[in-house]
Amino acid sequence: MPAVSKGDGMRGLAVFISDIRNCKSKEAEIKRINKELANIRSKFKGDKALDGYSKKKYVCKLLFIFLLGHDIDFGHMEAVNLLSSNKYTEKQIGYLFISVLVNSNSELIRLINNAIKNDLSSRNPTFMCLALHCIANVGSREMAEAFAGEIPRILVAGDTMDSVKQSAALCLLRLYKASPDLVLMGEWTSRVVHLLNDQHMGVVTAAISLITCLSSKNPDEFKTCVSLAVSRLSRIVSSASTDLQDYTYYFVPAPWLSCKLLRLLQCYPPPEDGAVKGRLVECLETILNKAQEPPKSKKVQHSNAKNAILFEAISLIIHYDSEPNLLVRACNQLGQFLQHRETNLRYLALESMCTLASSEFSHEAVKTHIETVINALKTERDVSVRQRAADLLYAMCDRSNAKQIVAEMLSYLETADYSIREEMVLKVAILAEKYAVDYSWYVDTILNLIRIAGDYVSEEVWYRVIQIVINRDDVQGYAAKTVFEALQAPACHENMVKVGGYILGEFGNLIAGDPRSSPLVQFNLLHSKFHLCSVPTRALLLSAYIKFINLFPETKATIQEVLRSDSQIRNSDVELQQRAVEYLKLSSIASTDVLATVLEEMPPFPERESSILAKLKKKKGPGAVSVELEDGKERGELNGGADRGGEAAIAASNASTPSPSSDLLGLRSAAPVGGPAPSAGSLLVDVFSEAGPAASSTRVNDDGFLSSAPPSAASEDPAPPLPESDELLNKFVCKNNGVLFENQLLQIGIKSEYRQNLGRMYLFYGNKTSVQFVSFTTTVSCPGELQSQLNVQTKPVEPLVEGGAQVQQVINIECLTDFVDAPLLNIKFRYGGALQNITLKLPVTINKFFQPTEMAAADFFQRWKQLSQPQQEAQKIFKASHGMDTEVLKAKLLGLGTALLENVDPNPENYVCAGVIQTKIQQVGCLLRLEPNAQAQPGEQMYRLTLRSSKDTVSQRVCDLLAEQF
Amino acid sequence: MCQPIKKYLTASLPNAHPLHTYGSVRKRVKCSFIYTYIHIGSESTIKIKMQFMLLFSRQGKLRLQKWYVPLSDKERKKISRDLVQTILARKPKMCSFLEWRDLKIVYKRYASLYFCCAVEDQDNELITLEIIHRYVELLDKYFGSVCELDIIFNFEKAYFILDEFLLGGEAQETSKKNVLKAIEQADLLQEEAEAPRSVLEEIGLT
Repeated sequence: MPAVSKGDGMRGLAVFISDIRNCKSKEAEIKRINKELANIRSKFKGDKALDGYSKKKYVCKLLFIFLLGHDIDFGHMEAVNLLSSNKYTEKQIGYLFISVLVNSNSELIRLINNAIKNDLSSRNPTFMCLALHCIANVGSREMAEAFAGEIPRILVAGDTMDSVKQSAALCLLRLYKASPDLVLMGEWTSRVVHLLNDQHMGVVTAAISLITCLSSKNPDEFKTCVSLAVSRLSRIVSSASTDLQDYTYYFVPAPWLSCKLLRLLQCYPPPEDGAVKGRLVECLETILNKAQEPPKSKKVQHSNAKNAILFEAISLIIHYDSEPNLLVRACNQLGQFLQHRETNLRYLALESMCTLASSEFSHEAVKTHIETVINALKTERDVSVRQRAADLLYAMCDRSNAKQIVAEMLSYLETADYSIREEMVLKVAILAEKYAVDYSWYVDTILNLIRIAGDYVSEEVWYRVIQIVINRDDVQGYAAKTVFEALQAPACHENMVKVGGYILGEFGNLIAGDPRSSPLVQFNLLHSKFHLCSVPTRALLLSAYIKFINLFPETKATIQEVLRSDSQIRNSDVELQQRAVEYLKLSSIASTDVLATVLEEMPPFPERESSILAKLKKKKGPGAVSVELEDGKERGELNGGADRGGEAAIAASNASTPSPSSDLLGLRSAAPVGGPAPSAGSLLVDVFSEAGPAASSTRVNDDGFLSSAPPSAASEDPAPPLPESDELLNKFVCKNNGVLFENQLLQIGIKSEYRQNLGRMYLFYGNKTSVQFVSFTTTVSCPGELQSQLNVQTKPVEPLVEGGAQVQQVINIECLTDFVDAPLLNIKFRYGGALQNITLKLPVTINKFFQPTEMAAADFFQRWKQLSQPQQEAQKIFKASHGMDTEVLKAKLLGLGTALLENVDPNPENYVCAGVIQTKIQQVGCLLRLEPNAQAQPGEQMYRLTLRSSKDTVSQRVCDLLAEQF
Repeated sequence: MCQPIKKYLTASLPNAHPLHTYGSVRKRVKCSFIYTYIHIGSESTIKIKMQFMLLFSRQGKLRLQKWYVPLSDKERKKISRDLVQTILARKPKMCSFLEWRDLKIVYKRYASLYFCCAVEDQDNELITLEIIHRYVELLDKYFGSVCELDIIFNFEKAYFILDEFLLGGEAQETSKKNVLKAIEQADLLQEEAEAPRSVLEEIGLT
């Protein structure tokens, strides 16, 4: 029996623990535990009332069993009973059990809250602290509801003991984090800020965490804390190492408080008051100076505490990004750490320098350490440190050192840990492209990348090299030559075969003059890889072959023979078989001219931002990506899919023969989204449904799940609206009810009704998982000028959504005047500890406030003419995304909210509608005309939509909204 | 109406290209267990400084677990299991910090026990390391050169001390003297109040 326990010894507990430790097997342990559980159960159920001590002991045993990892399904009531004991230890164990094993059993919560209430009002500081600890440990919404009003009072009351104040501050912080809506500081704000001046360092240490959190949310209300924090910091920094007595830690005065003060200041821009700023800069300089002083102790704790403050100060300097002198000094200091013998310091220096590299003031200073960083990449023994070094190299890269850095990263890649290879590959690819001066270097780099780490080269990377080669004719010959050479390696990666097939198929002619790379040699080289490749690559190679027939007529016979062979023309893979059959036919029946047209060289790509970058951002978050690249750019890239309709259409209309060569090189099937090659007719349908909103439901699901966690989203800031939120909005233009959003966790249904200029919307949030969502909050906001155009009121929702449950929220909307943007709905909750942060556009569109107006033809045309000024009209001509079914069209126009006027337009094919938009300050009459050309071929069907209203913004907006509906 | 269609059709033809479309990222990224949120700038974010603290032995047995974020029991078990494995696999001289899922892990080994804290990405690693050290000092002072067994047999004390030192994941009181004073006061209260025990209890039979 080791370890005589201090204070009370619960001997029974000690014996039990020791029994468990003596168990030789898992089974024995479980047996012993079950025996104990049975014993405790019988004690709790027994007739004899247990005394407090026994109750405490058994509850403690249950806790121990739970902490061993076993389930406990009883004892909660006994623990709650302990809370109301007068004996401190019994109360304490009761609270501990509740803190560890809390569940949201409402009956119990009420009892617990009662006990806490009693203790809080007991005026016994130790009891009060216990109660506050319990609230802070549990932090549930029920507790916030019960105590969020009381705790600020305790915190600022003059007669509260220091220790209670400390607990109250952090308790309040926990409640604020869990349920910010329930903690209202209002009248307490100034007194809370002044806790920074408290005599007791412990009170300041605790209060500052609360103040920092509140400041980050309401910077304006708390901005007086800046000057207080600076003067507090200044007093600490300038104090001698013993002034602060027990708050000095290994000769460092108040390191925790210093770090927290520096962190608080990072919630604000540099102080405007010159004196305050001067004092702060002085503090920062003192901190930097102290780093140079010889250590006062050899203990690692001393240097850790000192450097913790230093790193926090450097964070503040980087945050301000306005003091070149301090930035450069910070950089030099970190430079020293790069070679420090402490691994921890080297790690932190690399990490911190990464952010310094993005400041224009210190970028150059960071670059001077390139050799050290490269060395770190090569020699560090810990992969997490090497990872930091790679990040820093990426961050410090610019045109002047790109070749060196890329070369180093490439050579590191050969031995890099598997866990970071993919990311390294992306980084190399991005740097190579971004800083390529001559493109032959770029091509070399990417081909090397494929050679060294082919498995980690994602499709984005090899697509990108092909895009660039196609767009730059000065590099095409070089690329063909290089890839030809690379393919000669006996074992080369499949990605290399893909690039090779594509490039030789396009530009093989550029090197065909050399007898060593004559057409037939090229073909044989490619074909020698054929049987080792996967189906998509083979499909690509077949396309390359047909391109060869066009480029080099002399290879026609050889290639036709290959295509004709059983292994192609009877291939079990339908895609390959189809290609073989059709290419064979094409090559034998088409004239040279037709062949030349169909198999023409690929046109240049539109210049866009690299998709690789988007991928890296997705992987790492923007922090790892050089900051000069803005977040917004990737969106366009990701949403580029909409162009597809048009481009495939040209392919189809250009290709006179209905063959799958409409996708020219057959990449369609190799691509992740491509299905099997469709025939020409279905191609169009397929393409249009993909481009139009019809496919939105399926796309939304996937995308929704993906974008519910965009790495760039700030963890608690409302995330930017999902990329598809416009599409979601469009779904609801002509209807009021339906599913607004769905991903793997959450489904949001919507029901809405509108009358005059008022609307009411019911949102239904469904938890699709079996786990509860906690801290579930939703906020509706009106960005920008929408604020003055719409009045939106919401009622808060329950913060807890049980698994499988659904909660409802009502939103009242008043339209003040016409508007364009949609209100944003932000949903935040924690699912399994991970914060979910989703922003959607609430489908409130101007047409919701339409009142239908019936009128006769004469009336209609008269008004139509009255609204003939150019700005009163908005017109769009657009391609039909869906079939032109009359009933569907009518339903949509009615759904728009207007009256559909029959027998008005002389052309019965056309539709005309009329309505009045009701807003608080005005009414806007609106006429609409929709002209389809239903006779056109499917795929060429178009609409002309004309809107006229007394207000130009209304015409335009309704026109834009409606144009997305057909 | 028919006339302009051709024109509009061609006008709307983007100069796009199949390759490029496929080049854009359409691949679904599998969501990891904890999503990656990386935050730029520290404005208007409610952060939970420390997410959890774990103490475990070299054999991977959990000795103490304190969670500052609401997680289900199942998730806690999964996190502890994965993290313990990750840390035990690391070599002694390696650095005390690592990125793990979307968290930063700060850990240190004291004799047979690992102390491990998970903090937010932006948090100060070194000061967290010293939080661990201060906690070890507190345990050491209270138990008198603490060892793993003290924590096993007096786990409730270890929790009480931690609550006095850290509350809700934030440092409440960093003075060693003040924390111990609070705990010792509680011990005094308890000794005064202690009821005489039965003989059976003394020999550990109940």
